[in-house]
Amino acid sequence: MAEFLSLHDAVARYVQDGATVAMEGFTHLIPFAAGHEVIRQKKRELTLIRMTPDIIYDQLIGAGCAKKVIFSWGGNPGVGSLHRLRDAVEKGWPHKIDILEHSHAAMACAFEAGAAGLPLAVLRGYVGSELPSVNDQIKFIECPFTGERLAAVPSVRPDVSIIHAQRADRQGNVLVEGIVGVQKEAVLAAKHSIVTVEEIVDDLKSHPNACVIPGWAISAIAVAEKGALPSYTHGYYGRSNRFYKEWDAIARDRDTFTQWLDDNVFNVGDQA
Amino acid sequence: MRLEYTSSEMMSVTAARALENGMTCFVGIGLPSEAANLARLTHAPDVVLIYESGTLQTKPEILPLSIGDGELCESALTTVAVPEMFRYWLQGGKVNVGFLGTAQIDRFANLNTTLIGDYKAPKVRLPGGGGAPEIATNAGEVFITLKHSRRAFVKDVDFVTTLGFGRDGKGRDNVPNIGKGPTRVITDLCVMKPDPETKELVVVSLHPGINRSDVMDATGWEVRFAEQLESTPEPSEKELEILRELKARTERAHAGE
Repeated sequence: MAEFLSLHDAVARYVQDGATVAMEGFTHLIPFAAGHEVIRQKKRELTLIRMTPDIIYDQLIGAGCAKKVIFSWGGNPGVGSLHRLRDAVEKGWPHKIDILEHSHAAMACAFEAGAAGLPLAVLRGYVGSELPSVNDQIKFIECPFTGERLAAVPSVRPDVSIIHAQRADRQGNVLVEGIVGVQKEAVLAAKHSIVTVEEIVDDLKSHPNACVIPGWAISAIAVAEKGALPSYTHGYYGRSNRFYKEWDAIARDRDTFTQWLDDNVFNVGDQA
Repeated sequence: MRLEYTSSEMMSVTAARALENGMTCFVGIGLPSEAANLARLTHAPDVVLIYESGTLQTKPEILPLSIGDGELCESALTTVAVPEMFRYWLQGGKVNVGFLGTAQIDRFANLNTTLIGDYKAPKVRLPGGGGAPEIATNAGEVFITLKHSRRAFVKDVDFVTTLGFGRDGKGRDNVPNIGKGPTRVITDLCVMKPDPETKELVVVSLHPGINRSDVMDATGWEVRFAEQLESTPEPSEKELEILRELKARTERAHAGE
């Protein structure tokens, strides 16, 4: 049953040093507030999983939280590179990180397999790609019925998954609307889960086919108003494309980045 | 009077014309997205555009900055979870065309969006494969659009993120359940298509005002030209007007955020 905690307490309880953590959100509903709390609590040696590690993972990597990143597309969407990710991979700052890269299709299937309690995901994937030569987690198997060669990847089973959503009711049931990405699968695949929400309401006001994650499938819910900014929360506020563009200049330089982190994450407290 | 237009506009209009009305197109962000929406707003009003963020049959008023902008969801017929998008719609064989951009392309239309240099010690780390590896093999065919330069058009890509026809041109031979692969590459200088036998990219059409040496100078291999080399039709006044309106709307919308 979901427990209502402060963001500080939820992160302190469920994100341990060395944990495997998935903070999902496919451009929409990215859990920035939770990511900043992880940075403030100086979590270390995390294996960060995410289909599209964007600015929040750039910040976590630059802040020294990551040991390894498992991903399928690592960029600043529509803008360019993630300079903190590149600096860590290319020059080892603030320390060297390992990367393990997949395609979107494989990661989406791996989350789904995790949610389904399966050890692996099978897909018609990676044909002719050289990704299997640099990622030993990509194998090929033969279909026992047709003999077709299919790709197989291990399912994703994070220690903790963190997502952001529109709202929860007082029983802890959560509504996710708009671009729902792979968030539901991430929660169901994980041992523990934290969902940050814009607000707690008496009535979710959801449609019959809406993406609702029941409270009994979630570990903790924390209110984080505007918790997805600078990404967006459908029905609540828009995406700050301006910040995504500004991030390019901030992240390019180590000193500028460090100063930004001090001003916007460390020195704002956990109410930010 | 001759119409004034830029080489980028020539590229977008030519890429847009590649899409036929009624096709289902899995759209990559950037140039492919610009071309696909231009097609929808001109000759192909019923082209079905889907983006990997889960938006099915979307009709954005402005071009999205990212693959998951709210505009795509709000103007879509419906939005599905990302696993469903890749499993049912793409892998399930419901997509006619995958429309992709890339950082590097080689003579066999293999795409590299992973890195420049050596994998363990990259000179430049690029974003990675994203949806492209499976879009390129599970879609019926693939259109590619990118600007022509020696940095982008290399004899051999540093890394095959996404299959064109493999490093020997035979990468799709005898593979069951695979699409036709790249059928055309549209640049700001020309249109290229794979040779039916060897699968090497051949220039089939030059854009107005472009000559063979312009293409040779911008291509990192000894590029071949078709015997029946065509001249790409110029953009029409209407196409240019709609493209410019689309870009101006997009710029205004993104400037305010």
